[in-house]
Amino acid sequence: MIEVQNLHKRFGTLEVLKGVSMTVEDGEVVCLIGASGGGKSTLLRCINGLESFQEGDIIIDGVHLADPKTDLNAVRREIGMVFQHFNLFPHLRVRENITLALRKVRHLSADEANEEAMRQLQRVGLAEKIDAYPSQLSGGQQQRVAIARALAMHPKAMLFDEPTSALDPEMVGEVLGVMRELAAEGMTMVVVTHEMGFARTVADRILFIHDGVILEEGPPEAIFDHPREVRTREFLSKVLNV
Amino acid sequence: MGGTFQVIREAMPQLLQGLSITLEISVIGLLLGGILGILFGLMRSSNNAVLKGIATVYVELIRGTPMMVQAIWLYFALPQIVGFYFSTLQASIIAITINAGAYIAEIVRSGVQSIDKGQVEAARSLGLTGGQTMRYVVLPQAFRRIIPPLVNQFAISLKDTSILSVIGAGEVMRVGQIIVANNFKALQIYSTVAILYLIIVEIISIISQRLERRMRVD
Ligand SMILES: Nc1ncnc2c1ncn2[C@@H]1O[C@H](COP(=O)(O)OP(=O)(O)O)[C@@H](O)[C@H]1O
Ligand SMILES: [Mg+2]
Repeated sequence: MIEVQNLHKRFGTLEVLKGVSMTVEDGEVVCLIGASGGGKSTLLRCINGLESFQEGDIIIDGVHLADPKTDLNAVRREIGMVFQHFNLFPHLRVRENITLALRKVRHLSADEANEEAMRQLQRVGLAEKIDAYPSQLSGGQQQRVAIARALAMHPKAMLFDEPTSALDPEMVGEVLGVMRELAAEGMTMVVVTHEMGFARTVADRILFIHDGVILEEGPPEAIFDHPREVRTREFLSKVLNV
Repeated sequence: MGGTFQVIREAMPQLLQGLSITLEISVIGLLLGGILGILFGLMRSSNNAVLKGIATVYVELIRGTPMMVQAIWLYFALPQIVGFYFSTLQASIIAITINAGAYIAEIVRSGVQSIDKGQVEAARSLGLTGGQTMRYVVLPQAFRRIIPPLVNQFAISLKDTSILSVIGAGEVMRVGQIIVANNFKALQIYSTVAILYLIIVEIISIISQRLERRMRVD
């Protein structure tokens, strides 16, 4: 379970998160929506310990990120993250992209790591690309490899930061398809997305983030069909009309 | 013109001897400077303020002073502090080492900084430590970008050895000066010295272009 309590994050004098509280239950899929610059990426990065914060706490299965004694590396290896720009390692083949952390962090043998890589690639439908370099793959394929790379660590939860925003339209479906399957298998997921169709059909809960605060939250039907806040309505009318 | 070739032919054995010392100083200096440069380059890229500070002072000090002053200081001034003299060859190698080290530190730092921050985030998000991220993700990528400027630095260091003639290390420029002092054939001898530098630098530059092309294919 992920619990964010009154989180404040500043970059210098710029306050980006102004007291964010949220909970993600095990097996739950939560979608974060909201205009660019609202702090969605920063929130995800804080949850993964990639970004420090000034006030509040994040508690992941009882581990407090605000506690200076907490080993952030240990937190990160239990939480998978998928980035807008895939961030595959271009100098490594697909296989090594996946096995690197299995070998160096999980200390698996080469054989075990290879088997795990193969298993995860089959899951995302890319087993035949195991010896390719990232540059030889399409954007959609790269993102599916990035998902497989994160899944290979058997994370407790997966964070997605606009995983389809950098993709050509015809490749969005294949990535969302993989994410749908993951959700159906019960993976705990926090997804920042502008794909409202996905959010509506897959999310258990939607959080609307605006200017560093969660302005509105609820099940998809409530947010999409009966938004309470003016800001939410404005945002939805913009993204649903493009 | 017959006289010209005669002069050059007579001087050639000494000049080649000098050239080999030039190469010795540059190769050893660049190897040691490479180690120093990687060390200080990583220190400059680190988040540790003390390490970063030390490396920055070193780089600024060396890049902010002429190499001729550094060489003279090492050879004539440092002994007054440490109480012993370096040989001219030792002083020359040290001068090239600390000089190349400072420039290579900058090459390494900019190579490391040129790697997309997303690479570090992806690695850290998988649970790799900072050190592992550097070793397995950042440095292998940075290294490919570093090689061409590194080869270029070799050419610069090689040419810089001519400055060491002020402390008389017996490298090719110094040898040229001694020959001219005896036979007064400045035009022939210094032209030959220039051509010898040019040949070596051209060879380095061809190697560099090959490397760069191969890097691009990868
Ligand atoms: N490393 C940083 N340094 C300074 N400001 C930042 C940094 N990262 C993000 N910001 C600022 O924080 C705000 C929120 O950014 P972000 O979390 O990326 O929003 P979103 O993902 O919702 O578009 C923006 O104003 C952005 O400019
Ligand atoms: Mg963002």
